[in-house]
Amino acid sequence: MRTQDLEKKFGFKPIQGEFVDVELAGAYTSDLLSDVMANAKSAGVLVTIQAHKNTVAVASLVGISAIVICNGRECPEDMVEAAKGEGIAVFGTALSQFEVSGRLWPELGASAREKA
Amino acid sequence: MPVVPLSPDAGPQVVLELIYRLKIRDVMTAPPVTALASEPMRAVQYRLRDNGITGLPVVDTAGRLAGIVSMDDVINALDTGRIESSVEEFMTRQVIVLEDDMPLAFAVTYFNRYKFGRFPILDREGLLVGIVTASDIVNSLLVAMNEEVERLEARLSDRMAEEGNKVEGQTRLSFPVVHFDFENAGKASAEIKKALKARGMDQQIVRRAAVASYELELNIVIHSLGGTISCLIAKDRLEILAEDEGPGIPDLEDALREGFSTANPWVRSLGFGAGMGLPNVKRVADEFFIDSGPGRGTKVRALIALKQGAKNADSGS
Repeated sequence: MRTQDLEKKFGFKPIQGEFVDVELAGAYTSDLLSDVMANAKSAGVLVTIQAHKNTVAVASLVGISAIVICNGRECPEDMVEAAKGEGIAVFGTALSQFEVSGRLWPELGASAREKA
Repeated sequence: MPVVPLSPDAGPQVVLELIYRLKIRDVMTAPPVTALASEPMRAVQYRLRDNGITGLPVVDTAGRLAGIVSMDDVINALDTGRIESSVEEFMTRQVIVLEDDMPLAFAVTYFNRYKFGRFPILDREGLLVGIVTASDIVNSLLVAMNEEVERLEARLSDRMAEEGNKVEGQTRLSFPVVHFDFENAGKASAEIKKALKARGMDQQIVRRAAVASYELELNIVIHSLGGTISCLIAKDRLEILAEDEGPGIPDLEDALREGFSTANPWVRSLGFGAGMGLPNVKRVADEFFIDSGPGRGTKVRALIALKQGAKNADSGS
């Protein structure tokens, strides 16, 4: 599946829509940025509630191409700007991290396990 | 429009840090001009005029706060022909106060919430020690912000001077890192990552260097008084070096244990302080050195070999 499928298939709301549409390699769910640094690899999608600029910095450093912000948390403007600068897609949803992970699993689970 | 147009929860980190670092005692007027409850309102009228102020706290003979009188009360006394009556009859007794060791952020919140022109300041013993007005806050913030901007500008020019500073086939990139500057946290690591990528380095090496520099950079932001992060690019190795100005790590063994963290709840709520920083650095480095102790700075050096058969970041050793 590709980045734009996060909106098309799953209905997540695009918050930062200026991105390169790539094939997603997997997903990682975490709210601890050091944990993301250590374990996310080039996961493709990061599922988190950490709606701030530092999440974008971490995503960029480990090569994540899309962030899904859960529980309807609002993304501050500087986060959206930073993501735009890095070409990282940001989506929002009212679902929890657990629910988002569950929905992504059938599509991305196999590749996530392969990489682990 | 709020009285002090600042939010204690949002805005540039530099300003947030300022309003939490500055204490109310740093901005208040002390000692305050006061009145006694037994004095006539006439005395208050003259005192306000002579000092060019619009209100003052009322104290008892022991120096304890008894109330507050303002220009409105004086006008009321004049209107009703009671200007020679005692202050006691006109003062407001239910007074909202602040304490001198509270952060300035509290005063900002109070001004915006209560819309009063001034707050009396008490010390820990409950004695009146000062008074703070919105203009006290605005003035001292302007001074502090000016100093902060000067400091940031100085660091910026240092950084520009250091950029591209090359020694015999080696390159050293160096970046200042500021305590609690979450606004810019990760910028040094991003620059280091870009520089390594631009040199066409192996993706795994770039990734390991990025992890090491990011964790060390965040450690300086979260825990230190400020410092520097640098990356030495040599033929055979990369060296990520983090140096800070203190306060130092009391127990290195604790600090290197996964899950151990001294980060405060606010830092944790941002997703930091998981106690994985230094262990992450150690994991991605081929060699790892740390030197620290209470009362001095911390120095961390993470070395990544640029040879075949080097450690893989994802092997999780």
